[in-house]
Amino acid sequence: MSTSALTIMLITEVTITAFTLYYFWKVVTTPPRAEPDSYAANDDEPR
Amino acid sequence: MGTENKEAWGSRIGLVLAMAGNAVGLGNFLRFPAQAVQNGGGAFIIPYLVCFVLMGLPLLYVEWAMGRHAGNRGHHSTPFIFGAMHKHSFWKYAGVLGLFISIGICAYYTYIEAWTLSWAYHSAMGHFMGMSQDQVAAFFKNYVALGTSEPIMVWVLCVALNTWILSRGLQGGVEMAAKIGMPLLLLFGVVLAFRGVTLTAGSHGAVNSGLLGLNFLWTPNFSSIWDPVVWRNAAGQIFFTLSLGMGSIHCYASYVKCKDDIALNAMSAGWMNEFVEVVLGSAIIIPIAVGYLGVDKVVEMTKGGSGFGIGFMTLPYLFTQWGPALSALSGIMWFGLLFFAGITSSLAMGTPVMAFMEDEFGWKRRNGALFFGAAVLLLGIPSVLSQEAFNEFDYWAGTIALVVFSLLEIILFAWVFGMEKGWKEITAGADMKVPIAFKYVIKYVTPVFLLIVFVGSLPEVWATLTKPVTFQVALARGLMVALFAGLSGLVWLAGRKKVTI
Repeated sequence: MSTSALTIMLITEVTITAFTLYYFWKVVTTPPRAEPDSYAANDDEPR
Repeated sequence: MGTENKEAWGSRIGLVLAMAGNAVGLGNFLRFPAQAVQNGGGAFIIPYLVCFVLMGLPLLYVEWAMGRHAGNRGHHSTPFIFGAMHKHSFWKYAGVLGLFISIGICAYYTYIEAWTLSWAYHSAMGHFMGMSQDQVAAFFKNYVALGTSEPIMVWVLCVALNTWILSRGLQGGVEMAAKIGMPLLLLFGVVLAFRGVTLTAGSHGAVNSGLLGLNFLWTPNFSSIWDPVVWRNAAGQIFFTLSLGMGSIHCYASYVKCKDDIALNAMSAGWMNEFVEVVLGSAIIIPIAVGYLGVDKVVEMTKGGSGFGIGFMTLPYLFTQWGPALSALSGIMWFGLLFFAGITSSLAMGTPVMAFMEDEFGWKRRNGALFFGAAVLLLGIPSVLSQEAFNEFDYWAGTIALVVFSLLEIILFAWVFGMEKGWKEITAGADMKVPIAFKYVIKYVTPVFLLIVFVGSLPEVWATLTKPVTFQVALARGLMVALFAGLSGLVWLAGRKKVTI
């Protein structure tokens, strides 16, 4: 690959992958809010 | 306030995956690489990312915020989501566009889903083995020309599958489909991308290496940055890929409570879509196609910027070069990937329609899903029978209406509802700090951006409207007008009284 193509590809893909992983990691690791929240899976009683 | 709607998301990850599944569609794997090839290669990424930041991300924040705001007032479909932002009835009827777009796009999109399902089946059964490239292309052309009854049967099956999943509700249907479909899509995408970039000249009949395809795709032609058409195409791709201006993001977000986060969820789903599109989408069809056909042929085949020719008529032939077992596996993965990308998007388009009938008319979920399925079947028949009707639905419901809807919603949010209140909606309960710059981008930059895209499309709209039309085109337009009028009538009726069925 040419230097310019490789440079653009790497900068773009690394940036996008980093943002994707960072935000998804934050979603996964952020503690859930106190009930009642928006999500049924952690409810004490089924809705 | 609408009838009590008891739908809920099962988990936060389920919501993010469903929202990402809504955004990830056929365009990520077929349209993006074709657009990049036709619009300056590596330099296309500059206008593309600028449009993502100045138009895509702001609209994601706006649509999530509008959805949650109205959802907490009992509304989950755009006519009444818009109505919850401002009481003037104009906005309620402007919101009808959201339902119109959902049904209008699904009328032809489910047909493309049927192609992917059929092609996965034919790949698995080895039907492409021994065919030349021209024979695979002829097989596709015969298929869409309805040379057999298979396309219609598979299309009806796809609509029935969509209806069935929708009837199972958010948690048991849409979220479940996203939790199965998205990981499989990512897995298939990674395997095929690896195969694409590691393709070597001389092995399995390839004449070039996959890296030549990547080099071709990413080599920048910086002069293209000054071409307004490239910017218009980049903006169009951002619209298309993020599923903006359709009403589906509003609807999914409307099931989030006011104290829960939307900002981080929006970013996670939006960037996940970008990962699938730019990182995976760029590493499959172009490297494989260039590996076998060379650069000139690929440039010729991506004219028009849709990538459908390569995706359906060329790739099955190229897979057969890898031997029977790998060919079947690759075909299943490629068309399975496209099918999952398609169905998670069509489910997102069905949900607001179903929610509309549930909220405003007290319909049961199953009846709402059947209403959507019946509308898609009825309106989809012209697209199945005629390519002209197909293109017409794609142009008006799938292109122009998106721009109009987005322009209206950003004006409503930033200028009518008010940016101060709007900013509070976006940041309420946020699990991340939303950059304050977006407050000004949403108020000033995004509306101007959308206005330019809208005004820029007017000459083409005028030319389309004033040229002579065939019966199929007239029928498609008539059906779209009837759809909009019918939905407006339902909104009027819903405003008058609640009908319980």
